[in-house]
Amino acid sequence: MTEFWNWWVIVIVAINILGCWGLLFWTRKMKENEVEDTGTTGHVYDGITEYNNPLPRWWLIMFYITLVFGVGYLILYPGLGNNKGVLGWTQEGQLEEEVAAAKAIYQPLFDKFLKVPVEELANNKQAVEMGKRIFVNTCFGCHGSDARGNPGYPNLTDKDWLYGGNPAQIKQSIVAGRVGVMPGFEAMLSAEQIDELVQYVGQLSGNQVDAAKAEAGSKTFALQCAVCHGANAKGNIALGAPNLTDDIWLHGASSRSIAQTIRGGHNNQMPALGDILGEGRTHLVTTYVYSLSNSK
Amino acid sequence: MSENNSPTYNYRVVRQFSIMTVVWGIVGMLVGVIIAAQLFWPDLTYGIEYLTYGRLRPLHTNAVIFAFGGSALMATSLYVVQRTCQAPLISNALASFVFWGWQLIIVLAAISLPMGWTSGKEYAELEWPIDILIAVVWVAYAILFFGTVMKRKAAHIYVANWFYGAFILTVAVLHIVNSAAIPVSLTKSYSAYAGAIDAMIQWWYGHNAVGFFLTAGFLGMMYYYVPKQAERPVYSYRLSIVHFWALIAIYMWAGPHHLHYTALPNWAQSLGMIFSLILLAPSWGGMINGIMTLSGAWHKLRTDPILKFLIVSLSFYGMSTFEGPMMSIKTVNALSHYTDWTIGHVHSGALGWVAFVSIGAMYYMIPKVFGRQNMYSTDMINIHFWVSTIGVVLYIAAMWIAGVMQGLMWRAVNEDGTLTYSFVEAVQATYPYYGIRLLGGALFLGGMFIMAYNVYKTVKAGPDADTVKEG
Repeated sequence: MTEFWNWWVIVIVAINILGCWGLLFWTRKMKENEVEDTGTTGHVYDGITEYNNPLPRWWLIMFYITLVFGVGYLILYPGLGNNKGVLGWTQEGQLEEEVAAAKAIYQPLFDKFLKVPVEELANNKQAVEMGKRIFVNTCFGCHGSDARGNPGYPNLTDKDWLYGGNPAQIKQSIVAGRVGVMPGFEAMLSAEQIDELVQYVGQLSGNQVDAAKAEAGSKTFALQCAVCHGANAKGNIALGAPNLTDDIWLHGASSRSIAQTIRGGHNNQMPALGDILGEGRTHLVTTYVYSLSNSK
Repeated sequence: MSENNSPTYNYRVVRQFSIMTVVWGIVGMLVGVIIAAQLFWPDLTYGIEYLTYGRLRPLHTNAVIFAFGGSALMATSLYVVQRTCQAPLISNALASFVFWGWQLIIVLAAISLPMGWTSGKEYAELEWPIDILIAVVWVAYAILFFGTVMKRKAAHIYVANWFYGAFILTVAVLHIVNSAAIPVSLTKSYSAYAGAIDAMIQWWYGHNAVGFFLTAGFLGMMYYYVPKQAERPVYSYRLSIVHFWALIAIYMWAGPHHLHYTALPNWAQSLGMIFSLILLAPSWGGMINGIMTLSGAWHKLRTDPILKFLIVSLSFYGMSTFEGPMMSIKTVNALSHYTDWTIGHVHSGALGWVAFVSIGAMYYMIPKVFGRQNMYSTDMINIHFWVSTIGVVLYIAAMWIAGVMQGLMWRAVNEDGTLTYSFVEAVQATYPYYGIRLLGGALFLGGMFIMAYNVYKTVKAGPDADTVKEG
């Protein structure tokens, strides 16, 4: 802050602390003209009178202690405007220190597993357990504490992978995040065409549908959808386009949900966690996620 | 002594605000019980947008602070200022304007908050047209109060009026500065401040709403009704001077303790913390002066439930003004912040102090302004006292345990540095305490219904034959 505000803060703080001191000093000696027979000040308000007892000693001492503590704290810590305090403490510094201390303890624990490939590590109970804890801390908000996902957030315990399920692919999803975009077709397709598509997509997963409509829908599919989902509708992990033939539905299985998806599209994002987790923990989470569908 | 020569005092506005204190107390606490029930049964009002927790919670806080607390403060301040200044209110029309204006504001709040119209500022959620109305009514209230003080016949100004005066003046400044906003429509505005400055202004307002609305104002109440009910002189005149000036000066600084370990600069956080600690003694000054006023009359506590309300309120006041400074210490705050401990702390102040002292004052004053010697039933006051005491204790004990538990669970780590508990596990562990809290709140609300019945019977009985001429 500028020199003006610096002094503004210092002066007002000083006035308040010294003011309290002065107030105590002044009233300690204060005598009112006490009325002889009652010992009150002589003021009467609607029948209420006032004694003028001295300030309780323990209370005064407590007041002084807090004032002294305040002054001491302001010498040691930032508070008086731009003054940094004798200790040079900042909350940013405290955070960095704590993070460094934690790293010193925990980093070796994580890093000792780095050299072991994920496929092998998935059989190490301790590593999987650690990976699970990191998962529960970091990933549960979207994928759930049991990793079974939520509408819009993939289930990680099945064999269905949007971006591939080998260790390198899982790790890539965690480190760099993923952005899955499906455009909305409301402006491009008629309601009838969308309905036909819904029938066709349902048929792909073996659901009971209107065969004639599905037939018509297959033509639209080839024209509009196959570019991402593939001509056989088995998806494309390079784009994160889901396989539409396995009866696993990220955004809901009902005709209504599917129609909604076609009309409005989706914009799915998994954040990049590489910097947050660091290499060691990423490796362990990868191991845990891999183990969910691969270890028996 | 002056009860027989005060025919010109305006008791009408006092009667109006007193009745509405009871009514809004019930409404505000009922909403509180509903949202406590929502935390226990999360799908209680599922699908009804007007009754979602996010809309009812500000309705609860606004209703209990500004409708219940505000009506109690206005009722008592306008009673006390007349009696201790020996002067009637300067204008009966202005008094009516303040009453009806304040009621209109409350009704507008009760409509606009469930509609979801909010500025998003805690304890100042009302949108700009209502904010302007509040400013106008508040200035009218200030003119009414200070005008009456200026016309006083007593030589000095009684300490209760210092506190009421500080409360009225400061709340005006707080409200106008914090509510400054740029309207974009009739129901939406954006704060005039941005980022960390907005947060600081918000908590400068927020904590001083506690300090001046919920503390200074109710200390004013305490300074009249405690000596009156105890029929004893105030303990120490000089203590009242020291703690008044220290309290109003130091409270101004305490806001930053709501923003420890945030984007607020380090120096501001430090000042918030040390001045919160320095605030302990000035706060306790009021408690000492109130409780020690009873010295020589302790036996009255056994038989007088009104005095019980007043004295227990001071005990809760002392307890929460000790707890507050402790929670403002950074290391303690690192544990308590964002937990239900804060909620427990607030309610030990709001129920134990603010509501208790208001209830005690109302039981003293309502028969007087309705021309009766006493309340309809002293036994009912006694029952009310015990029901609400048990309610408060259940409430705050549940929230203390839940809060400390949450703080400890959130920071617990495994040997590999990962968190021991996921968030939902802490929620699960809190669940039984939400049940106890609901029970405590329901008991407190139940007490208010007992009060309402007692007040109804008192008012309905009409003036006593021999008190009717007292005005």
